[in-house]
Amino acid sequence: MKTLNAGVPATAGSTGPNGVERTDRTDRIVGLVQRQGALAVLVTVTLVALAVFPDFRSLDNAGTILVAAAPPMLIALGMTFVILTGGIDLSVGSLYVLGGVLAAWASQYGFVYALLVPLAVCGGIGLFNGLLIAYTRMAPFIVTLAALLGARGVMRAISDEGSTTYVVESDAFGTLGTGSLLGIGNQVWLAALLVLIGMVVLARTGFGQSVFALGGSEDAAGLMGVAVRRTKIGVYVLSGLLAGLAGAVNAAKLGSGVTVLGAGMELDAIAAVVIGGTLLTGGAGSIGGTVAGVLLLGVIQNMINQVGDLNSNWQQVISGTFLAVVVVAQTVLNRLRRVH
Amino acid sequence: MALLEVVDVSKTFPGVKALDGVSFTLQPGEVHALVGENGAGKSTLIKVLTGVYQPDRGEIHYQGQPRSFAAPMDAQRAGISTIYQEVNLIPLMSVAQNLFLGREPRNAVGMIDRGRMEREAREILAEYGVTADVRRRLGTLPLGAQQMVALARAVMIDARVVIMDEPTSSLEPREVQTLFSVIRRLHGQGIGIVYVSHRMDELYEICESVTILRDGRLVHTGRLADLERIELVSLMLGREMSEVRRQGFTEFGGDHETPEGAGPVLRVDGLTSRTKLHDVTFDVRPGEVVGLGGLLGAGRSETIKAIGGAYPLDGGTVEVDGVSLKRPTTERAVKAGIAVQPEDRKAEGIVAGLSVRDNIALAVLSKTSRFGIVSDARIDEIVQRYMSRLRIKASGPDQRVGDLSGGNQQKVLLARLLATGPKVLLLDEPTRGIDVGAKAEVQSLIEELAAEGLGVVLVSSDAEELVEGSDRVVVLRDGAVVGHLTGDRVTTEDLMASIAAAAPESPA
Repeated sequence: MKTLNAGVPATAGSTGPNGVERTDRTDRIVGLVQRQGALAVLVTVTLVALAVFPDFRSLDNAGTILVAAAPPMLIALGMTFVILTGGIDLSVGSLYVLGGVLAAWASQYGFVYALLVPLAVCGGIGLFNGLLIAYTRMAPFIVTLAALLGARGVMRAISDEGSTTYVVESDAFGTLGTGSLLGIGNQVWLAALLVLIGMVVLARTGFGQSVFALGGSEDAAGLMGVAVRRTKIGVYVLSGLLAGLAGAVNAAKLGSGVTVLGAGMELDAIAAVVIGGTLLTGGAGSIGGTVAGVLLLGVIQNMINQVGDLNSNWQQVISGTFLAVVVVAQTVLNRLRRVH
Repeated sequence: MALLEVVDVSKTFPGVKALDGVSFTLQPGEVHALVGENGAGKSTLIKVLTGVYQPDRGEIHYQGQPRSFAAPMDAQRAGISTIYQEVNLIPLMSVAQNLFLGREPRNAVGMIDRGRMEREAREILAEYGVTADVRRRLGTLPLGAQQMVALARAVMIDARVVIMDEPTSSLEPREVQTLFSVIRRLHGQGIGIVYVSHRMDELYEICESVTILRDGRLVHTGRLADLERIELVSLMLGREMSEVRRQGFTEFGGDHETPEGAGPVLRVDGLTSRTKLHDVTFDVRPGEVVGLGGLLGAGRSETIKAIGGAYPLDGGTVEVDGVSLKRPTTERAVKAGIAVQPEDRKAEGIVAGLSVRDNIALAVLSKTSRFGIVSDARIDEIVQRYMSRLRIKASGPDQRVGDLSGGNQQKVLLARLLATGPKVLLLDEPTRGIDVGAKAEVQSLIEELAAEGLGVVLVSSDAEELVEGSDRVVVLRDGAVVGHLTGDRVTTEDLMASIAAAAPESPA
């Protein structure tokens, strides 16, 4: 690396000491709100729930929320990577269902197959998405919409329109969904572990930096030497793998591959990612935010279940409202951040 | 041994021979100017050197070896770095991340070492005069600082060759000086620099040798000091020197006729906006070109924007033909007959993704539609009229504006403004970043428009252009009017004197 010694007038890059300090501080505060806003809302909503609903206040209920949140968490984790690049993956809901059916079917051959088959198939579909998006420059929306329809068709075909239910045959595999460690469900541990790995990958690896760069400006990233195609393919493979894994984990929990659940999971995942502060246009966001977003949606669902006579569809109304508020807030905050 | 040598390279795009048997040699430690009008083949040559394009014919020798670069990364790895006219970094990522993207310092287990990265970024950038917090998002820095980050990045990767494509187009004068001291240092380290710029002063200040391209062909290469300015211009344009000399550097003629006794078409009275504008007052008569002079940040662009209704005002009035615009908004300003050409045509002017036709039509949709239905025939007629009148060089009305040269983009923008039928034309740096030929055309167009009775307000950082183009010059400093140049006093010397007199403590 070349460095330059003294002799350069120290001029460029500042608009006077006071101006810089002020924009620095505004930038930091607004950045903090953007990153931690979802967490703050999650804490507030949780505190309200604790105060209002007696049944909310049990360890059991906390466990229920976490276990229910594990599969959406895995899907939203993959979606975070995809959205950070400026893309979108609509296929994950279908892949989730397909992964569940495949896992239940393959469990007759043992634990390893029950995991490998859904991962291979869903990862393969993710690879297909990624290749099309990277090499033909087709819009991710269209490519993954096609994959959504295709994967749903495959799932319907192998389950005879849903009339054939595959039951999980491997006890070892079933433990993945039903067992627990230290009182916390295995799938929660799995999701937490993958979230941690995801955070490290995003913040501390070249791949993670490439993901941000791609979402920030694809042209500039290419000129700066970022492997644009490889990064794009990578995020769609990752998203496919995690959706398949989420489906497998859910099948292990339910004891069978259920074909009716999971439609619309992709939209919940997108909502959680955006509520978590990741820009839908890519380039900025965090996995921590996505975790808060997923838990927030989970807590809202749980609260509405506590209100016995309230139709659970109201959860969607509330989630939608949150989403709208977050998007408006993001727009305002970004404007603040750009102002000098 | 030459550091980088291009031998007889050709590159053809559908319908255009962008490079035709061009050769180019860069010695170690040489600052080599690459000049030519837009469309002469400079950008294509740069893209061939950096692996963005593959040449159809010819060879590239780098450090004595024949090489071919399949992608920008290949060229970068070999030590050829480029900084582009528009900063090509990631605004949403931090300054440090931008500096190190792709080659971040790693810790013992191969993870990115954030602390070290930020520390090193601070040290490196301090040498380029950038003192901002390296954790800040790059996009929140002033453009000049962003350009310095791009330069630091280009040099950091053990560059042997640094290509600079119009690096000063967004820099302030003092930032240009910082850039030049960095260039001199690189020169001392034996790094070869290819310097592309339209600014003559800069070329003669920093470059030793020059290569001139015209229409994809090499027309001259040699020492820059041996070449008179006027020779350089005539080689670029392919015009006779005597012709260039006779016409002067700009296309502007003498003063303009103003109809006797005509009242002002534009009256600006007491424009005030917090810290940016203080009681700015002047008027423009029909057929007159009034220049706004002053240094960068003096309030010229703000004044233009405020008159066009695009800048918040705390006080002051704008009158067109004696009718006051109450609280100017862009919509009211356009209706009153004010047309504004913004400084940054890419961000605030043209819509790059739309065709020439659609760009021009944008301004006149309401005029050409009935009950909300647009009449294609009337739009076509207007588009045809302005395309031929402004001599817009495009394959047709349906070509994407983004694919045109800078000069032609500017003409499309002017066509759109003229199609609204304005009474006053506000031009903010109308010839910035466009080549010499198009510059001349835009200048003569301004002449023509004034002759037809339009009132014109002209902002230009090019003192010669401002002085030759304007009948009067209003000098601004720190948002206030500090001088008027009229008659024989409209000269560059008087302009400099007025700016200098207005600034008791010289910033230099």
